[in-house]
Amino acid sequence: MIDDDLRDLYQEVILDHGKNPRNFRHPEDASHEALGNNPLCGDRLTVYLRLDEGRNILDAAFEGKGCAISIASASMMTDMVKGKSLAEVKKLFERFHKMCTGDDDGGIADGFEDELEKLKVMSGVRQFPMRVKCATLAWHAMNAAAEGEDAATTE
Amino acid sequence: MTNVVNFTEPVRTDAFDVEAIRRDFPALSLAVNGKPLVFLDSAASAQKPRAVIDAMTRAYESQYANVHRGTYHLSQLATENYENARAKVAQFMNATSPDEIVFTHSATGAFNLVAHSFGSLLEEGDEIIVSVMEHHANIVPWQLLRDRTGIEIKVAPIDDAGNFLIDEFEKLLGPKTKLVAVTHVSNVLGTVTPVKEIVRLAHGNGTPVLFDGAQGIVHEGVDVQDLDCDFYVWTGHKLYGPTGIGVLWGKPEWLERMPPFEGGGDMISLVTFEKTTYREPPARFEAGTPPIVEAVGLAAAIDYVTAVGLDRIAAHEKELLDYAMLRLAGMDGLRIIGRAQQKAGIVSFEFGDVHAHDVATIIDSAGVAVRAGHHCAQPLMERFGVTSTSRASFGMYTTRAEVDALAVALEKVREIFG
Ligand SMILES: Cc1ncc(COP(=O)(O)O)c(C=O)c1O
Repeated sequence: MIDDDLRDLYQEVILDHGKNPRNFRHPEDASHEALGNNPLCGDRLTVYLRLDEGRNILDAAFEGKGCAISIASASMMTDMVKGKSLAEVKKLFERFHKMCTGDDDGGIADGFEDELEKLKVMSGVRQFPMRVKCATLAWHAMNAAAEGEDAATTE
Repeated sequence: MTNVVNFTEPVRTDAFDVEAIRRDFPALSLAVNGKPLVFLDSAASAQKPRAVIDAMTRAYESQYANVHRGTYHLSQLATENYENARAKVAQFMNATSPDEIVFTHSATGAFNLVAHSFGSLLEEGDEIIVSVMEHHANIVPWQLLRDRTGIEIKVAPIDDAGNFLIDEFEKLLGPKTKLVAVTHVSNVLGTVTPVKEIVRLAHGNGTPVLFDGAQGIVHEGVDVQDLDCDFYVWTGHKLYGPTGIGVLWGKPEWLERMPPFEGGGDMISLVTFEKTTYREPPARFEAGTPPIVEAVGLAAAIDYVTAVGLDRIAAHEKELLDYAMLRLAGMDGLRIIGRAQQKAGIVSFEFGDVHAHDVATIIDSAGVAVRAGHHCAQPLMERFGVTSTSRASFGMYTTRAEVDALAVALEKVREIFG
């Protein structure tokens, strides 16, 4: 018997993204990249971005090793941020982070209703505080890449 | 208030009774997620028997003051307890004298002490040898030393089963080798290294040997006179004792030559602003207020372990290991990392292509606690081409039923990940 919290954490969508991650590649023409490192578990993801002059994301991809949660999160993130500006993505991450830690006030969605709805599948980590960092690793790395840093850690 | 420090617990002469032992460990009756706790993470830190908890409570309640300072009764009592603990540790390792025992805050503290104080005797171009399966605590202090003085670090390899390759090790020994610092028992693979051979070869080369005994003291025990190594490092909390205390045993000829590590109270013989002189070891290496009550707890842990019998604990763990290796290896998709011929009760594994963190999270919901991650041994992970493993480790209180519980919980992982 599998308890509800676990089912909630490992939803089909997550297992699917974890097994068949989207955008799992190293684009030759990436303009920005950063390594996301979780020193506690040794997981490492590199996030690649291609930005235009207006700081819009033309392409996003990643490579690395991680658990089902961190890979699924990177997979969904890279799918979702393409075509958005860095400023938009930053806001989205703020909401997503709150969702993962259980602080989400469900406030205004800033026009991200669809995205937030999709990201909801990750919110099962709320019940597993040790795993929140898995869900946010790729997002931290993307932030670091956008800001021109080489690396981000979840510390 | 009592003057008598009574460390001794009833001696068991009966057969190894794991259920009786379990009753001595309050934490083992905990429930986790509504299921009885199945604690398979003793290699990270062991649970504590009531005897240790009580000894420490007693020390705080009625035997507590700072040590080596007061002339009053309580301070004297606390000092006696602290020094008795040192004597007990010496006896436990069969050291020739308590003066060879330095208390530190952890094994990590002991490594840093040696890397700093012994390290200050080294020069640019000198070499030390570690193995690829070292814990970060026996890697990073040497790298810091390398950054300071320009020593070189050589790495002794292992084979794919996790056996220490003694012939390859021998080839690394040379005129510049000033220290061999390797583990006694690997905290990831369970490998027991050929410690006597290592000492023989190193000494033949005129090189002193330090062993990381953090796991070795628990699963194998040590007789430092028989082993004839130069340093042996371990930590209290893995031997069913408290956190906050570690042990450095060193041969007197080394300790006497080594300058202090940290400076402060207790380690000096005379301080003036012009010049300060230091005390003899071990005091020279114990600056500041030491882990007073932790030492009492450690002594109680040693008494407890001794009463149960280190050899009987080892035999129990060996039996469990054999069972676990069979039970787990029989599971579809489970790959055990570390099949050394000499192996302690530590089993690292991969489960299909499911990440260790996912494994640990899922089996935790069945009350099963294993460690997932790199186990502070990233170079070793790299050696095996993984970033993390799951690790089940056994203690004197582990049962076959718990190994079974692990196997059953792993089926749940399969159910979720398919
Ligand atoms: C083999 C080994 N060496 C060193 C250590 C470090 O011990 P501590 O963290 O108590 O300093 C550990 C435990 O984490 C270990 O397993």
